[in-house]
Amino acid sequence: MNLDLALQTFIVEGRELLDEMEAALLRVADEAEPAESINAIFRAAHTIKGSAGLFGLDGVVAFTHVVESLLDEVREGAIVLSEPLIELLLACSDHIGTLIDAVDAGQPALDPQVEEAGAALLVRLRDHLAAKTGTLALPASAAGEAAFEPAFERSAAAGDGAEHWHLSLRFGPDVLRNGMDPLSFIRYLATLGSIERIVTLHDAVPALELLDPEACCLGFEIAFKSTADKATIENVFEFVIDDCKLRIVPPYSRIAEYIDLIGQLSEEPSRLGDILVRCGSVTAHELDAALRTQQQAQPAPLIGCILAGQGTVAPQVVEAALAKQKQVKDVKAQESQSVRVDADKLDRLINLVGELIIAAAGANLIARRLRNVELQECNSTLSDLVEEVRDSALQLRMVKIGATFGRFKRVVHDVARELGKDVELHVSGEDTELDKTVVEKIGDPLMHLVRNAMDHGIDAPDVRAARGKPAQGTVALNAYHDSGSIVIEVSDDGGGLNREKILAKAVERGLVEAGRNLSDAEIYGLIFEPGFSTADQVTNLSGRGVGMDVVKRNITALRGSVAITSEPGHGTTVTVRLPLTLAIINGFQVGVGKSVFVVPLDMVDECVEFSAEPGHDYTDLRGQALPFIRLRELFEVADAASARQNIVVVKHAGQRFGLVVDTLMGEAQTVIKPLSKMFAQVKGISGSSILGSGDVALILDVPSLVQQAIDSTSQHAVDWSARRAALAN
Amino acid sequence: MNASGLASSMDIEGELTIYRAAELRASLQAALAGLTGVDGLELNLAAVTDMDSAGVQLLMATKQSARAAGRELRLVGHSPAVLEVFETLDLAAHFGDSLLMPAAPR
Repeated sequence: MNLDLALQTFIVEGRELLDEMEAALLRVADEAEPAESINAIFRAAHTIKGSAGLFGLDGVVAFTHVVESLLDEVREGAIVLSEPLIELLLACSDHIGTLIDAVDAGQPALDPQVEEAGAALLVRLRDHLAAKTGTLALPASAAGEAAFEPAFERSAAAGDGAEHWHLSLRFGPDVLRNGMDPLSFIRYLATLGSIERIVTLHDAVPALELLDPEACCLGFEIAFKSTADKATIENVFEFVIDDCKLRIVPPYSRIAEYIDLIGQLSEEPSRLGDILVRCGSVTAHELDAALRTQQQAQPAPLIGCILAGQGTVAPQVVEAALAKQKQVKDVKAQESQSVRVDADKLDRLINLVGELIIAAAGANLIARRLRNVELQECNSTLSDLVEEVRDSALQLRMVKIGATFGRFKRVVHDVARELGKDVELHVSGEDTELDKTVVEKIGDPLMHLVRNAMDHGIDAPDVRAARGKPAQGTVALNAYHDSGSIVIEVSDDGGGLNREKILAKAVERGLVEAGRNLSDAEIYGLIFEPGFSTADQVTNLSGRGVGMDVVKRNITALRGSVAITSEPGHGTTVTVRLPLTLAIINGFQVGVGKSVFVVPLDMVDECVEFSAEPGHDYTDLRGQALPFIRLRELFEVADAASARQNIVVVKHAGQRFGLVVDTLMGEAQTVIKPLSKMFAQVKGISGSSILGSGDVALILDVPSLVQQAIDSTSQHAVDWSARRAALAN
Repeated sequence: MNASGLASSMDIEGELTIYRAAELRASLQAALAGLTGVDGLELNLAAVTDMDSAGVQLLMATKQSARAAGRELRLVGHSPAVLEVFETLDLAAHFGDSLLMPAAPR
């Protein structure tokens, strides 16, 4: 049996369930009809406990059990889900997460700290339980000790099975001959707990004349009460495991699992049903009810009805069979909705698609050179298909940003409490999709930004009141697509950035010279410099001067950019722009001399013929000044300029500027190959790509070019103002 | 074999285990076959020193055969070893015989 694999599934599912639980906990307070959310929370705890029991994870079971008991009371309405209780349950969900992490890390024993935290939570849980029911009151000290005792005393909730293990044993014929006696196994089992009920199955025992006295034909159904885990129970039968059929149904299993058990065994189901009832594993009523509801859910197939009607098959047989069928169907339906795929496999697919694009471009080039119309037509169809394959392959990696945003609800909730501020999180654009790798890497920078917004941005309650703002502060997360990039905005309605303070600090740190004229944007941009923090107080959240520069570095590493705008007294908005994908883009190829450059097509606005007064770095585009950069000069291309040059007008973050190039070569799919470390420092280049001809083309980093263009123009402006000032004197 | 009331009686002595299962089966079969005109077979288990699953099966099979032939199998004088097994496997109801618990378990 490959338990490791199953355990992995448990860990993955456990984490998903905890996420669901957390989300439900966070929304439940705001809901008018919280029943569904409460159910979701309960289900999550219940399922985790059940699965953990299967793997014998006593720590998880013991802790989750108490959480579940409390939730059960909540579900029944005996306990009100108040704000402090939600707080406690959130902490509990975190603790379960820690326990699962420990399982994942293969830690046999828990950190004493974790254990202590767990015990403290249990005490609080029990307090809540005791306060409402008055029956489970435990002295605080005893509760601490009892915490890790896997105690399963609990009134079975509706639909739950009995509180004992149920063992189904069928011994093979050779057991006795091999010198093993089923009796001794059962005697040994009894030392691990107490056998509540045992039913010896004699159905397989033939009449005396037919009996092979040395062949074992016995089977047992055992209701076994024990705190041992499944593995321990299984180990009892270790020596005969090859020679016997052993099925174990853990305590509190769903009735369906017993019905399933009936389905697995060879004996007549109705008789087994009776035996289960006799063992006290299910009550007759539960069995009937379970079978009935399952049958109602399934329109009974005709043959089943007829068989039952003719009395050839007991009705319960049909019902159990139907129930089994339905379960299989349900599982299948769920599976077909989504498939879990290894990220590695996806990466490989994307790589292959990349190679395919390069190969197709090569074929296309040759077709054009041969001037074979048929071949060209073929190639064009092929290119279209490759493009579609590319899009759907990339789509596979696209995930909605909503899940990432969802995590921040909890962060805001926790941080707000820590800071003593009342802050609400507004989320919009959750459906905006972006590449999975980008999503994974953007989490940390966003976390920093959100915490910063709450700590520095949102002003203290009294200040807010003085400024006439609502007492509750707002931090907003927004996402949308804009010309080939995804834009994520983190904004707050706080006090805004203090221009003078930043400037003073920058001068103090020697980041800028005193008395220099700087635009607002430039000053705000200073907070992304290393070692810069304007917070007067260092809190444990932010203010230590690490953060914003790391945020910027992380975002730049993703070929993204970050900008900040602020309105004093009204709030700050940090805008993060990221490329949609890191692998393949639609590119626009341009030629300068013999070199080929690629501009991301989404950023290209239009192309116009080059015209400019000699010596000017701007041109007149329909009455507006358009600054441009001569790529020939920027990259020091040696060849002489051609007679006719063109300007590619690109747009980024709302700003437009031109790139002066020799030739426009048109649109082409571009597979981005990262630059090696040696070239990582080169400004204005974000990557390379291989052309159909086998040549290498450089991909232009438009955001950094925009920055250069702005810097050079503002530099001019500064020069001009300085000169004018000099003239005036 | 002594006739006692309406049933003939047979004593099982020593081990009721796998080691003697084949031998005991033969004698039990013979005992059943030898029943004439009486209601059933009475098995006296007072002298059984040891019993295992094979012994349990043997008794079950005997009971089944007896019932198939319209006879009754009665177990009497369960020895402590037999009682222990019956208790462990909860077999008393299956055989339906009255059990005499020893006053003081040894």
